[in-house]
Amino acid sequence: MNRNRVDSIFIILFRISGFLAVIILFGIFFMLVFNGIWAFKEVSLTEFFTSSSWSPSAYDKPEYGILSMVASSILVTFLAMLIAVPIGVGAAAYLVEFASTKVASILKPAIEMLAAIPSVTIGFLGIVLVGPFLAKLFGSSNGLNALNGAILLAVMALPTIISISEDAMYAVPKTYKEASLALGANRWETLVKVIIPSGSSGIIAAIMLGMGRVIGETMAVLMATGNALAMPKGIFSSVQPLTATIAIEMGEVPYNTIHYYSLFALGVILFLITLVINVLADIITQRFKVK
Amino acid sequence: MKQFWIFIVLCCLGCQKRNIKTIVVRGSDTEVNLVLMLAESYMSTHPDVSIAVTGGGSGTGIAALINKKTDIANSSRAFKPIEIKLAKERNVDVTPIIFAVDALSFIVNESSVIDSLSLTQAQEIYTGKITNWSIIGGKDQEISLYGRQSNSGTYSFIQEHILKGDYSLHMKQMNGTSQIIENIKNDVAGIGYVGIGYIINEGGQVIDGIKVLKIYTDNQHKAITPVNSDNIHNGTYPIVRPLYQYLDGKPTDELKNFIVYELSAEGQKIISKNGYFPITEANKTINNKCL
Amino acid sequence: MKTTKKVYYSLGFLFVLFCTILSVSTLGVILIDIFSKGISVLSFDFIFDYPRKGMTEGGIFPAIVGTTFVTLITAIFSIPLGISTAIYLNEYAKNTWFTRIIRSSIRNLAGVPSIVYGLFGVALFVQAFRMGTSLLASGLTLGLLSLPYIITATEEALKTVPENIKEGALALGATKWETIFKIIVPASMSGIITGIILALSRATGETAPILFTGVFFYQRFLPTSLFDEFMALPYHLFILSTQHHNIEGVRPLAYGTALVLLILVFVLNLVAFIIRAKYRKQF
Repeated sequence: MNRNRVDSIFIILFRISGFLAVIILFGIFFMLVFNGIWAFKEVSLTEFFTSSSWSPSAYDKPEYGILSMVASSILVTFLAMLIAVPIGVGAAAYLVEFASTKVASILKPAIEMLAAIPSVTIGFLGIVLVGPFLAKLFGSSNGLNALNGAILLAVMALPTIISISEDAMYAVPKTYKEASLALGANRWETLVKVIIPSGSSGIIAAIMLGMGRVIGETMAVLMATGNALAMPKGIFSSVQPLTATIAIEMGEVPYNTIHYYSLFALGVILFLITLVINVLADIITQRFKVK
Repeated sequence: MKQFWIFIVLCCLGCQKRNIKTIVVRGSDTEVNLVLMLAESYMSTHPDVSIAVTGGGSGTGIAALINKKTDIANSSRAFKPIEIKLAKERNVDVTPIIFAVDALSFIVNESSVIDSLSLTQAQEIYTGKITNWSIIGGKDQEISLYGRQSNSGTYSFIQEHILKGDYSLHMKQMNGTSQIIENIKNDVAGIGYVGIGYIINEGGQVIDGIKVLKIYTDNQHKAITPVNSDNIHNGTYPIVRPLYQYLDGKPTDELKNFIVYELSAEGQKIISKNGYFPITEANKTINNKCL
Repeated sequence: MKTTKKVYYSLGFLFVLFCTILSVSTLGVILIDIFSKGISVLSFDFIFDYPRKGMTEGGIFPAIVGTTFVTLITAIFSIPLGISTAIYLNEYAKNTWFTRIIRSSIRNLAGVPSIVYGLFGVALFVQAFRMGTSLLASGLTLGLLSLPYIITATEEALKTVPENIKEGALALGATKWETIFKIIVPASMSGIITGIILALSRATGETAPILFTGVFFYQRFLPTSLFDEFMALPYHLFILSTQHHNIEGVRPLAYGTALVLLILVFVLNLVAFIIRAKYRKQF
């Protein structure tokens, strides 16, 4: 066969597969929208976004309001970030500034291993380990609540936050650090006043990506947050985030019914939330690369 | 590439080895273990039959039957009118078989001072009207509600026959019945509803850690316990429900053989051994029409 | 002044040290808990036997096989596509707005929640392509999920091949695809394989995307065609810990399943780690 013709065939093949990523991303979005939109034939937009009562299998009239699930998702995500951000950034700072090469070479794979643990395993530990522990610690009757979910999600966000903010701090030019030390600042002052501010856009990107992972996580919250559909009252409330609702109800719905479509509408919301978070992280990262 | 061929070879090996009829069973979590037992025992004498059983809730089974994704839909509740309409539209001829009888019981932690409950009290507790145990003579504790998720037949049965309204949004919706039991064991303020088969061990005793509540109906003055099987048979215990298996049209071949086996004396013995109750003469007449 | 500075320094140091220890000990707690409670049920029978007596006895063989099959389908689908997309991006695409959209799409695909992939799998593979709930539908759904990771890792690997080697090949009269297949891909193979293994290990542990696209509670036989349903390790762990009729009774089996899943994922990661360490300094 003509070598040049093979060459041109491969160009076409590679180009097609290159476009595929775009097609898939837009395909997912349009497939979700295409299915989700039908829900609004019977569910009003006001009910969907402002009602806090989600009961598709109600006794009288099914209700489709997502407010309390959105609140649950936000509560759990916020709590998880509250736990994971200081710990993650702190650990990254230790790895960059204080750990010897040898220590770092042991710690880094360990953190990668943490990222590799399947979410269902983490959820399982939420039931058997974290739940009973929290119940005992706070004297509450059960440990299946927002706090439990947040702890599990924090564990899952840690590796992302640590490794990306470590990269960001590592990328701060050595001269900054040396200048600061030469002016008499100690390593802690250099870290807080020079390295973290200079690497801040990368650290923020790390936090955003960690948040993206947390808000879309399904199995851990499904297993450990207790799944109550009421508006959360506090960190000890049982909650049911968006992802858990989809996981619970998708299996039971007859295809192409209002309930089925409304779950796709939830999918659209989730997709858009993570898309916004990722695009923001993207923009921040770009800025930090240019610097 | 190598992996691909290994996979193909594995597939071929698998195909040659057997000529097996497969029956797919989907649905109710209450029934899944019972049907698993029946299937295991049936398959031990019929090596050429494969019965695949999966749970997910009655709603899941019904949806699967409507979507033509299962041979048998296990359901612990009857088809709703809207589901029958949907099935007709998709040319599914819904055929009910009643293969066992279940009694639903309300359970609390063994340390609870409450022994019995009227149906009205049960209704008011689960709709959220009564929120403290002291109102019905218990300790001053907030009631912690446990229930199943909306895909469960037990959820629907209680909703239709006891609540006649909507569940309190504060109810923690568990993935499975056994999760309710595990939580009640540790939650001194908890109450849950479960099928009787889950809480009776092989010796016919109630399992440790929980207490089964006796139930008053409005016109009776004596509370009735579901633990005594006489109360079920003579109809004095009020919360009894048939367990269904829905088929698409009259069963033929292996499917029919399996159903006949379930309804036989041998099959019914397995049902009794697992804590459920054999079918009545009235059930048998209905079944015979569908076989 | 000096002393307050020192106090801050020590406190700060202790804080970051504490953070690191906490992060790493999380891994320790997880491993110790699962290993100590799971190791006792691990046996030949547990790996190679079917679940028996309503899953209260026996093993998890069909779940192991199901997970292996579905991962293979994922691999068959996502590896060629992922590699060729990466080759396109690294060797052909110019830095235009369109290329930037492609790259940004890939990064965003990596951020799409796994449950959304599950929804997409139901709508596209199960429904629109009429595959039904099956190995194939699940495998393809997981394939889509792994694609962005494979593309990114492959591209990173391709970038490590020095420009002068490519130019040398082209100067000797090789066409572009010959350069790619005979020079660039072999030279970056270790990086590509590492990335693939890591992406697949992630797919192996995923539960949400297979939840409604083909996974099954109990099967007595192994799947024999692409359109069969299957049992999978992560889902098995999920039902043993939440939906089984006797979750307390099967807790040891749940720990055993968690341990097997963890070992599987860690072995894949370890292999990737070794390959990476071994071939790190190629050029």
